[in-house]
Amino acid sequence: MSSEQSSGRRSPLSRARGLGSARSGTTHFLSQRWTAIALVPLIIWFVIGIIAHIGASHVVAMTWVGRPLNAVLMALMLGALFHHAQLGLQVVIEDYVHAHGAKIILIVLTKGAALIFGGLAIFAVLRISLGGVA
Amino acid sequence: MAEFSLPKNSRVTKGKHCPAPDGATNIRTFRVYRFDPDDGQNPRTDTYDVDMDTCGPMVLDALINIKSKMDTTLTFRRSCREGVCGSCAMNIDGTNTLACTKFIDEVKGEIAVYPLPHQSVIKDLVPNQSHFFAQYRQIEPWLKVDTPPPARERLQSPEDRERLDGLYECILCSCCSTACPSYWWNSDRYLGPAALLQSYRWLVDSRDEDAGNRLDQLEDPFRLYRCHTIMNCTRTCPKGLNPAKAIAEIKKMMVLRQV
Repeated sequence: MSSEQSSGRRSPLSRARGLGSARSGTTHFLSQRWTAIALVPLIIWFVIGIIAHIGASHVVAMTWVGRPLNAVLMALMLGALFHHAQLGLQVVIEDYVHAHGAKIILIVLTKGAALIFGGLAIFAVLRISLGGVA
Repeated sequence: MAEFSLPKNSRVTKGKHCPAPDGATNIRTFRVYRFDPDDGQNPRTDTYDVDMDTCGPMVLDALINIKSKMDTTLTFRRSCREGVCGSCAMNIDGTNTLACTKFIDEVKGEIAVYPLPHQSVIKDLVPNQSHFFAQYRQIEPWLKVDTPPPARERLQSPEDRERLDGLYECILCSCCSTACPSYWWNSDRYLGPAALLQSYRWLVDSRDEDAGNRLDQLEDPFRLYRCHTIMNCTRTCPKGLNPAKAIAEIKKMMVLRQV
């Protein structure tokens, strides 16, 4: 039982109703499905792209990543990947961590890490594509 | 964090052994969970050798046999003995089911009988179901209408009535909810398969006029969305119902009113 509901004299119905419905959840549920569906073709495209460049030189690989379509697909894949991962991890944390403070801290850390690493990854793709690194 | 091991006072010890009466030849052994809140002892499992020549074919028959002939202190709930009241739901041979519809012959070797998992035990095989029934009350399991009643009953087409098949048969034994790991970890906020199947029973009732409010009440990361389609509910339901499908249908309704 969560702390604010554990006081002994509450009726079972009061405890069951708790703080009421959050009126959210479907957006999270849908985002997880949309990103999962998007990742199927994106990951297939990515794996084919990597296999096609086994043994290729650094310059050839950078040129491939830097092409407009490839760069956009790569950025979309990374965005979907990190978004999907943090949505999934949030569910795991909500499932197993019951102390309110620890739960909120872990969720914030997860979302923060996804933003930072996802942002860095997408930035790297943009830099290769726009920055003329290749 | 989640608790993965039992607290010290919950560790189950080995209890007493009651042998079969002299001359019994057809014997089955039952290992039964015992807990008495008044004696301050840890729970234990007692074993009873039941003479099957004097016992009916169901696990409930054996429990009644034990209680009347071997150990009157054994405590369990039972009423209809034909699978419609849901009182004798317990964990038999590792699966939640009704003792009255579970054949002893279906179990090989010693028959382990425990209370339903993850509900606090009042005594022996009797779990505390106050929260479970409060959750059922919470989904407001009755017809909600604004249209004034017609001169006679509110009619339903045979097709609309058919949509309640597989839902109205639920007897609220709580086998499904107490088999669900998500319900184990989060039953304070997750409604569990039984309450959600019952909720869906009213959501698809063609006579009900409150689907929107019912869905609003379920629109919650815990109340509904703790279901991760583990399917233990469907696998264990002693009435052969499919709560996992009912929950999936509720999620579908949630999506349909958004896109």
